[in-house]
Amino acid sequence: MAHQRNKAIGVETVGMTMRFGSFTALDDVSVRVQAGSFHALLGENGAGKSTLVKCMMGFYHPTDGQIMVNDREVAIASPRDAAVLGLGMVYQHFTLVPSLTGAENLVISREKVPAVIDWAKERKALAAFMETMPFRLPLDVPVRELSAGEKQKLEIVRQLYLGRHFLVLDEPTSVLTPAEAREVLGLVREMTERGELTVLMISHKFHEVTAFADEVTVLRRGKMTGTGKTKDLDHRVLAAMMIGDQPIAALGTRALQPDDAQTVLRIDALEAVDRTGLKPIRIDGLSVRAGEIVGIAGISGNGQKEFFEILAGQRAREAGEVFVKGTPYAATRAEARALNVRAIPEEPLANACAPRMSVAENLSFRSFDIGADGKPVTWVGASAMNAFAARLAEQFKVKTASLASPISALSGGNVQRAVLARELTGDVDLLIVSNPCFGLDFSAVAEIRARIMRARNNGAAVLLLSEDLDELLELSDRILVMSDGALVYETPIADADVQTIGQHMAGHH
Amino acid sequence: MAATEIGLWGVPLAILAGAIRVSTPFIFVSLGEAITERSGRINLGLEGTLVFGAMIAYAIAYLTGSPWLGVLAAMASGAVFGLFHGWICKFPKVNDIAIGIAMMQFGLGMAFFFGKAFIQPVAPHLPAIGFGWWSSVPQVRAALDVNVLFLVGIALAIALYWAFRNTRIGLVIRVVGDSSDAARAMGLNPDAVRLLATAAGGALAAAGGAYLSLYYPGSWTEGISSGQGLMAVALVIFARWNPLGCLAAAILFGGAGALGPALQSVGVTGGYYLFYAAPYVLTLVIMIVTSSPGRAVAGAPGELSITR
Repeated sequence: MAHQRNKAIGVETVGMTMRFGSFTALDDVSVRVQAGSFHALLGENGAGKSTLVKCMMGFYHPTDGQIMVNDREVAIASPRDAAVLGLGMVYQHFTLVPSLTGAENLVISREKVPAVIDWAKERKALAAFMETMPFRLPLDVPVRELSAGEKQKLEIVRQLYLGRHFLVLDEPTSVLTPAEAREVLGLVREMTERGELTVLMISHKFHEVTAFADEVTVLRRGKMTGTGKTKDLDHRVLAAMMIGDQPIAALGTRALQPDDAQTVLRIDALEAVDRTGLKPIRIDGLSVRAGEIVGIAGISGNGQKEFFEILAGQRAREAGEVFVKGTPYAATRAEARALNVRAIPEEPLANACAPRMSVAENLSFRSFDIGADGKPVTWVGASAMNAFAARLAEQFKVKTASLASPISALSGGNVQRAVLARELTGDVDLLIVSNPCFGLDFSAVAEIRARIMRARNNGAAVLLLSEDLDELLELSDRILVMSDGALVYETPIADADVQTIGQHMAGHH
Repeated sequence: MAATEIGLWGVPLAILAGAIRVSTPFIFVSLGEAITERSGRINLGLEGTLVFGAMIAYAIAYLTGSPWLGVLAAMASGAVFGLFHGWICKFPKVNDIAIGIAMMQFGLGMAFFFGKAFIQPVAPHLPAIGFGWWSSVPQVRAALDVNVLFLVGIALAIALYWAFRNTRIGLVIRVVGDSSDAARAMGLNPDAVRLLATAAGGALAAAGGAYLSLYYPGSWTEGISSGQGLMAVALVIFARWNPLGCLAAAILFGGAGALGPALQSVGVTGGYYLFYAAPYVLTLVIMIVTSSPGRAVAGAPGELSITR
């Protein structure tokens, strides 16, 4: 394993087709990934990117088509076959075992592990192996204590340790800060340039593709819609290949915020503990005025989730006050209704819906128990509820087979539209949103962002917690950075600098 | 009264002796449960396995005249119980906690059904090693009569602690317990690993039962267990899934269990029944102290149904 040079593997698919019943997930796709190249695979959710790589990795058996490895036709019946050929994959969600150390993770993933592990010998071998790697990693701490960037590097190192020289990276930077993403991709790119590695990267970030990839292939609805050198293709062309000619919701112009806008949300000396019970959350002096979007940036796990839970009434606080329009706010149903506070948590199906209840019932959660006169009702009217739900579904373009079907049957984008419809209907003075576009495709993302912008322009105060910096830069009037449970940096959008924000996200402040 | 000759020294001595004597079943059940839980499954049926193991061990020891054959037979029966639990749990949407409770009742029922014939006969006991030869005080000698299974338990705890770090099997169990996805990505079969881990846990729990019927109290009755099998599950959580922690916690519980009898022996008669409740109170206090609505348990295997 000492010498890694010129081991890069070229992989090519010829006429790859994959059908699940009558649905064609992949239609005659031929991609050539040259040895030692950095190839990007672009496409929306459901475009067939993961089906293609799963066929390459032996998880699926394609209905039709061949795979060539180093210009020789091969049969890949299982992930094990792929591994033997030197093909490896780094998944979007980490597959390292959190409670094991880096060294334990590396050794146990090997094909042949001795019954009793001689750690002195293994450590020596690992140290020698790490000498050949461009990454520096602590191998003796449990993986759960590593940062997301370190985990991503360890995933890549593990594939190389296992002797894989063709790597599929599935959205490798989705959990990294911009600086970490640049570092990891930069180092991987250098390895491809030295001929040690071939990379096929699944992505939907154009700037990453143009900055790091040599070549790009675009898929849409299972078909290949374009391929070529990245230097010949600009973002507009790539976007057209990706989404075709369907209309994209425009964000809408940013209405000017009046100078005397009322402060809607104020948070004083808020304290709580995070999920592990070990790290404190301290938020002090945050205020959001009517008609502005305040974005909270931060890497996952720095207390944003807990902060949201406190504001939504899902988590107890230890000290401090939350004021909405000057009134102390404890997130009870009565308070939320009186003060027009609405919340959209991340993963809305799990956190804002009753998955097995119907779409109509889920759409009515805010309103089913009050009548037209604003007084509590004794009997819930099914027909009124259905009429209300039908109107909302129409307005917000919620696509569902029936309003009576369970909301869990809807696609992610439609669940998010339904929750948005519920939360944005009626008067909204304060809207608290967390990662609203996570995992959604291009057009759904554009539409949801436009809705949030419209709520702002209509005078709502919006607190937007997001792990997607691009989203924050697009929507926010001000950006704050949360790190280690506290707000550590604030900038108006006009002066926002990705570099600086990224440094604060990474804890350098 | 003999205890008065050494005065109040009798209390710590009795607690020490009790800790050794009472803790042994706790050690075996909690180590077994630690293996099972580290693989990502919880087996609440160990109470039933323990009692069934006690019955089998007693019956086989009586029929063959060898207590060690009794222990082996108990372990085999415990492994069968574990395999059965593990086999049911591999089906989708099966809840391991509900199955565990059913298995507990099943084990108790089977033990009482087959054990009726063995309530009267006397089976040979497991041997003990006297570590009190240096002392002329009979109480000290009695207290330091250490049963062999206790020593085996200590060795086992150390061996498990080492094995979870230094052997392939140990690492595989931890991988499976922490992340099924990671395990599958490595080509491991989580169900198979959990099946075997549950079987191993059952075997050890049954060995703890064998101790009850073959050493202390040393006979087979239907009321032989006082909930050791259930409390050991709480103990594993208290010990943070660490075998050495299990050993320490078991000895602590054993000592607490010996508090009542020890105080009684020096003549404290008022309210000693309260002290008999010490291990149960300790269980409750530990569960309250180590739990919290706002946070997850640190160090818990990621796939465990109670912590997920």
